[in-house]
Amino acid sequence: MAHLNVQLANLSVRVDRIDARLDRVERRLGLIEARAPDRIPDDQTMTRPTIAKTDAEQAIAATWTDVKDRLPGPAPLAARREAAFRRFEAAGLPSRRVEEWKYTDLRALMRDAKPLAQPPGEIGKVRARAAGAVLAGVDVRRVVIADGVLLKELSDLDGLEPGLVVGSLADALTRGDSEVTSRLGAQSPAEKDVAFALNTAFMGDGVVIRVSPGVKIARPIHLVFCFTGPVPATVFTRSLLSVGAGAAVTLVESHEGPDGLDYQVNTALEIVAADGAEIDHVKIGLEGGSALHVSTLTAALGRHVQMRDLTVALGGAAVRNQAFVRCDGTGTTVGLHGATMLRGRQHADATLVVDHAIGGCVSREIFKGVLDGESRSVFQGKTIVRPDAQKTDGKMASHALLLSETAEADHKPELEIFADDVVCGHGATAGALDDDLLFYLMARGIPKKEAETLLIQSFVGEAIDTVTNEGIRDALTAAATRWLEARE
Amino acid sequence: MPAVQETVEQVKSIDVDQYKYGFETDIETEKAPKGLSEDTVRFISAKKDEPAWMLEWRLEAYRRWLTMEEPTWARVDYPKIDYQNAYYYAAPKAFVAPKSLDEIDPEILRTYEKLGIPLREQEILAGVVRQDGADAPAGGTRVAVDAVFDSVSVATTFKEELKKAGVIFMPISEAVREHPELVKKYLGSVVPVTDNFFATLNSAVFSDGSFVYIPPGVRCPMELSTYFRINERNTGQFERTLIIADRGSYVSYLEGCTAPRRDENQLHAAVVELIALDDAEIKYSTVQNWFPGDSEGKGGIYNFVTKRGDCRGRNSKISWTQVETGSAITWKYPSCILRGDGSRGEFYSIAISNGRQQVDSGTKMIHLGKNTTSRIISKGIAAGRSDNTYRGLVSAHRKATGARNFTNCDSLLIGSHCGAHTVPYIEAKNASAVFEHEATTSKISEDMLFYCMQRGLSEEEAVALVVNGFVKDVLQHLPMEFAVEAQKLISISLEGSVG
Repeated sequence: MAHLNVQLANLSVRVDRIDARLDRVERRLGLIEARAPDRIPDDQTMTRPTIAKTDAEQAIAATWTDVKDRLPGPAPLAARREAAFRRFEAAGLPSRRVEEWKYTDLRALMRDAKPLAQPPGEIGKVRARAAGAVLAGVDVRRVVIADGVLLKELSDLDGLEPGLVVGSLADALTRGDSEVTSRLGAQSPAEKDVAFALNTAFMGDGVVIRVSPGVKIARPIHLVFCFTGPVPATVFTRSLLSVGAGAAVTLVESHEGPDGLDYQVNTALEIVAADGAEIDHVKIGLEGGSALHVSTLTAALGRHVQMRDLTVALGGAAVRNQAFVRCDGTGTTVGLHGATMLRGRQHADATLVVDHAIGGCVSREIFKGVLDGESRSVFQGKTIVRPDAQKTDGKMASHALLLSETAEADHKPELEIFADDVVCGHGATAGALDDDLLFYLMARGIPKKEAETLLIQSFVGEAIDTVTNEGIRDALTAAATRWLEARE
Repeated sequence: MPAVQETVEQVKSIDVDQYKYGFETDIETEKAPKGLSEDTVRFISAKKDEPAWMLEWRLEAYRRWLTMEEPTWARVDYPKIDYQNAYYYAAPKAFVAPKSLDEIDPEILRTYEKLGIPLREQEILAGVVRQDGADAPAGGTRVAVDAVFDSVSVATTFKEELKKAGVIFMPISEAVREHPELVKKYLGSVVPVTDNFFATLNSAVFSDGSFVYIPPGVRCPMELSTYFRINERNTGQFERTLIIADRGSYVSYLEGCTAPRRDENQLHAAVVELIALDDAEIKYSTVQNWFPGDSEGKGGIYNFVTKRGDCRGRNSKISWTQVETGSAITWKYPSCILRGDGSRGEFYSIAISNGRQQVDSGTKMIHLGKNTTSRIISKGIAAGRSDNTYRGLVSAHRKATGARNFTNCDSLLIGSHCGAHTVPYIEAKNASAVFEHEATTSKISEDMLFYCMQRGLSEEEAVALVVNGFVKDVLQHLPMEFAVEAQKLISISLEGSVG
């Protein structure tokens, strides 16, 4: 009987896949229109028939049974982990039938689930020491997280500025630090997301950063996340940043790993900012060429908070960067920006939800995508203005530059507005390099390739220039230039 | 302040609660047995005296429909529809296809007169050269009307004159019998039987609608128009419109709809298919004013419509213009498949929601051919406690080199209990495709209102002026007759939304 069930499961998965492929073919032929997928209920508790579990889903479930008793944290957290896992189990991996994952079918992208990563050995530590080179030359406080473990010996944790606490999440969980455990995933704006739920279920280590009220930290903190191998594995990291009233901090994350290894990363950062806080956050994605990277940023912002965020996506085979930002206090300004540069068969998805729960806030989004080869970029931005969130000012712009005939750019800029005294807008464009501009430069004696480079640089520059720290900005510009130089 | 008083009265007379076309015509009707089954489908087919292939087509659709699920992705919320608790066919009793208007039940004629559609007058005008011309519009603005009352087409005017030009304009039930080759070739070729839940339901039970065929090289001598009226209680209207513009032809088609006020919800699930061959152009305009329900959201029409145009030939063009003010729920996405090289699709829409109306509307522009262009101008106005969603797709496929799209969707909110949403999907799979999309949402600028009121306009007038300016881009694409009507409708729908 069990044998039959397994066969049935495999068959149904195959039918699903064939169905998906047929759909794609038909859509390409224009036989059917791209239909908005059936929306699944908000609580995502809709149960799919259990026989349709994919290999990856089964593997994740097996890992869960195996490790759940060994994961750090006190009993209430264990219960929350269990609940998060149940949420995943009920919904399964998000597929294109889930509206929020329409363009990034995680169910299809994740053929299998790797085992949880082991702490790095000596070779791994050597690799980890060299990681984070993207910010070489910039004065930053390095915190190294290799294969999902914070390595204190490689991190710069001495001489912390007064009012700054940087520690390991695993330590805090083992200690039962109630301030940390009570906060993790509770009332998070990303609560309903399945990828985030998986992170909550499996999170092992990460970084906990606390900035006391009124303290302004001048030296940026650089979280160096790296995967060292040697065999493919899965890494779940969760970090927490809480910024007190009137405090300021700059946080940079970089994520990297070796090419040719199909490792999987599920990382999350929760930001809680009290009134008048100022946060600069930069995430640099430099994962290896075969990696799958899913990242969730959540932010709950108080009054008069200034938050600037930039996500640079360069590496990885399939990348999903999702951000859920909620303005709980009035007078807050949020800037979410992105620069995506892809080639080959890379896939990068930027999904943003900015929730104006209260009026009088400003949100700005500028996303730039440069696409070469057969790459595909996805931008899904959603601005929600709740009832009575008057005087909201929201602007969203996403632009894609297609450098090859086979690249693809999908945009879905969404507005959901329930208050009348607001100004909200979005713009989206997609197209090739402007021939006129190219001609203008070439007419002045600049070779074609150089002219193209100049135009692309200025195109992504608009997003990169939103970073206020000069050193970091220059490092990012240099990274973009390296990408362009590698272009054939 | 007599002027103000007058304005208030005038405005009151056109409140949502005062839906002008809410009367009911008391005539005897013949209905299909309540509920939906294969027998209902057979009954309708038999009533229409259809050939066997048509019945087979319907039955196939019905069987398919049984396996389908009602879509839930749209941003609309309504109690589950009981498809067995409705009539799928209703026709004025003793209805035999009339030879002339004299044979039509005078009650029905009066209904259309009340609605401002003078069938009789136009019939008399047909073929008669007007002597005076003083009080009549010039010949060019005459409109041929097909009037659909519940499930049957009661009258089609100007048939003779159109025939001379070679234009076929008749109820689709007649076309099935008289031009089976055309119907067989094109019916369901744009909106396949299996397309979606409501389209499949329509394929099974569609009762009447218009059929238009414009032969090669003919510019249709007048505007064609269909006027839909739901009268009978508890019935759904399922009309089907099929328009074919052969090579190098042109046609402008207008559509209008009204229904009586009732406490219960009624279903309207139509399918419209447009086919434009090489160098042909179709201009399709709709003024949709189904009963929207009262201010508490009771009653009203559920308008679940599938409209799609296929630019099949080279350099063909299809343009949709719609003014949506009625219906409790609107679920409608007039689309263009730009298959022919150099073809062009346009979509101009004004959607106004008030009371507790829910609108989820938009368009799809699917670029398949080379150098295809499309343009979307959508203006949504939400007032009262309504929700107004624009949902649109623009996609360029691999081979659509040189595709070009411009989209502009703006929303205006009046009052703080309504919602305006935009959900655009933009998919570019071709580097030479150039897509531009912009959208804004805002409330009427205080400065503009102040400026107008400072010059002596009342607040209502000022709002109407600003709103008319807001929707002007769309209104100018409507044929003359409709532009006037639409302007009136806009002021009706917005009544009471100030403040």
